[in-house]
Amino acid sequence: MNLLQDIIVVDFSQFLSGPSAGLRLADMGARVIKIEKPGTGDICRQLYVSDTRIEGESTIFHAINRNKQSYAADLKNAEDLEKVKQLIRQADVVIHNFRPGVMERIGLDYATVKALKPGIVYAEISGYGNEGPWKDLPGQDLLVQALSGLTWLSNNRDARPTPMGVSVVDILAGTYLAQGILAALYRNGISGESTLVQVSMMEAVLDFQFEVLTCHYNDGRQLPVRSSLSNGNAYIPAPYGIYKTKEGYLSLAMGEIPKLGQLLACPELMEFTDRAEWFDRRDEIKEILTKHLQGRSADEWLSILEPADVWCAKVMDYQDLMTQVGYKVLNMELEVKTSNGLAVRTTRCPIRVDGQVSVSDRGAPLLGEHNQLINKQFGLGIA
Amino acid sequence: MNMLPLRGLTVLEFSQYLSGPSAGLRLADLGARVIKIERPGTGDACRRLSIKNLWVDGDSLLFHTINRNKESFTADIKSPEDRTILRRLIERSDVLTHNFRPGVMESAGLDYASLKTVNPKLIYGAISGYGNVGPWKDRPGQDLLLQSMSGLAYLTGNERDNPMPFGLSIADSLCGAQLVQGILAALVRRTKTGQGALVEISMMETLLDFQFELLTTYHSSGRLPQRSAVSNGNPLLSAPYGIYSTADGHIAIAMVNIPQLAKAIGSGELAGYTQEQAFSHRDEIKAVLTRHLTGQASGYWLERLHAEDMWAMEVLDWKRLTEHDGYRCLQMEQSLTTTRGKSLLTTRCPIRLNGERLFSGKPAPALGQDNEKIVMELLK
Repeated sequence: MNLLQDIIVVDFSQFLSGPSAGLRLADMGARVIKIEKPGTGDICRQLYVSDTRIEGESTIFHAINRNKQSYAADLKNAEDLEKVKQLIRQADVVIHNFRPGVMERIGLDYATVKALKPGIVYAEISGYGNEGPWKDLPGQDLLVQALSGLTWLSNNRDARPTPMGVSVVDILAGTYLAQGILAALYRNGISGESTLVQVSMMEAVLDFQFEVLTCHYNDGRQLPVRSSLSNGNAYIPAPYGIYKTKEGYLSLAMGEIPKLGQLLACPELMEFTDRAEWFDRRDEIKEILTKHLQGRSADEWLSILEPADVWCAKVMDYQDLMTQVGYKVLNMELEVKTSNGLAVRTTRCPIRVDGQVSVSDRGAPLLGEHNQLINKQFGLGIA
Repeated sequence: MNMLPLRGLTVLEFSQYLSGPSAGLRLADLGARVIKIERPGTGDACRRLSIKNLWVDGDSLLFHTINRNKESFTADIKSPEDRTILRRLIERSDVLTHNFRPGVMESAGLDYASLKTVNPKLIYGAISGYGNVGPWKDRPGQDLLLQSMSGLAYLTGNERDNPMPFGLSIADSLCGAQLVQGILAALVRRTKTGQGALVEISMMETLLDFQFELLTTYHSSGRLPQRSAVSNGNPLLSAPYGIYSTADGHIAIAMVNIPQLAKAIGSGELAGYTQEQAFSHRDEIKAVLTRHLTGQASGYWLERLHAEDMWAMEVLDWKRLTEHDGYRCLQMEQSLTTTRGKSLLTTRCPIRLNGERLFSGKPAPALGQDNEKIVMELLK
């Protein structure tokens, strides 16, 4: 995939938010150079994640940083900093996710970089923006979820506020940053001007809630009420949710309750002929469903519901999923190799361009692996 | 922002509901002119889909939320006459998006292969549920079902809970966001080479990509992700990562060193655990924390944790969030006046450019409101 061929990205970011933006740009053909601290590098290399490591580094580092290059530089060292500046003069994009003030102290803030390289796209991710009482707090996924109200949307009514079990805020912030970078690259390609692109994790997670927040703003500021069982979405009527069956779990999206009653041979459901009740009495309906669905396995229910075009699915874990032909035909798995021969099985870029998927098998870089190459190619350190 | 980056670009949105239209919304906020192509009489089915029975000007509030800052042009893709007009419109446009099931645009002669000859520079963005091949291709691309099939439902909630979906349409929102990235990257290439592009993305591939950390870990370890039995925050992470009840509310604690945490909150029981046990004994450690933290109010704990620079925060609901200065200074809200003069409050684009927030007061269009204007433009 060569959409971003010849685009050079100098990426100072660490962990997940910024590097996930860099990953997508790399997937689409950009050359992404990670600038890392000598000795330790991106903290994510050592981030203690579960108990799974690849060659002493966390599995997630390898997932996030495939297809990138690594340039080790001590930004507090004048010589190194000068080399980095020379690199930026030949780059198209700079990314960082330091806390506010750090790039200013290093001397690589937007105003300085823009002067170094007119036409640059300078992109930064913060936790909470550059103003207000939260600006210096750590922009950490779980903490931003907690502050943003998001934790009151998943799980059942009586449960504690529940975070989403993936670093959703990091990934959304990275995705939105990539959008801003690409829009600016498009514009700068025409106008030759520089652009500053900023995304905060908090603004990203508020945007993610835009439908339900808009509802909140306009319904007299009521808070979401999760259903007391099988909550799928606090704002959607029954049967929306996941149910336990005699064997396996069944997921039911939007559907007509009496029709469901008929198909499932559950007469109690057939009494719910008034649509409004599907929301107002959703817990009752879900209770009836919960009891009734215990009677047969998920596969048996699906064999009745699917032919009738009811929106339903079997709930699968990774093991189940990977045995499915529907999964296999997507060819979503990718094997990448690091320069010391280690093979890592991961996922590929989900975007298909002109019918092609990106298949670069380059793994994550070793710390400082490309210093020599980059010094030479970009003529760094030569006065 | 006096010059939005996508100013001058025209996007034709054949998409409905959330996935495709959320992409259109982002492109509109970044400066593109987005024209919804809607079926005469009914339009985008989202116009009739409400949450909490909230309606504005006869359309759902949901529709107004997703489709602000757009125009509407009605055309029947099955009518030969309308198709002629559409092809002329496509000739003059830069981007097209759709999220029909596989085959629909083909039978209308509006597939990429056909339109490439009409407009070789066209960027054609297509969203599907599960891709265009394989046994799932005709299944409904519905968010909850995708979450259920992709393994995602085994990541949220505690170990003994049923599989649990995210309480928001994550597949729709992310799929739209990925489409935007593909379209914009294709526009970058087009500026250099003049080439158009076909950009395709499925909701399933989007959710697999979304779980890339967990899937890579699964491929490497062969073990399914395990939600912790207590306060699960993320199946990959060790104790204390999660949300805990206090005497008067809830707090979230992220990655924190266990012995340091024990000291900060004065728990002798917790001090019996080492950092090396943070993953292997995470349920035990979290159970100890759960008991200890209910003893005092959130403010008491946060003061102690923040004094040691530990990653912890209070859990807020929207009421407390929206009253907080940290939220207010972001100015994330914007008000719109609908075409019939009703005002409503919604969120703005989350991306800032050159230090400025991007607001747009332009409301969602009434069905077909721009037909006349657009036909006049075509006659020029």
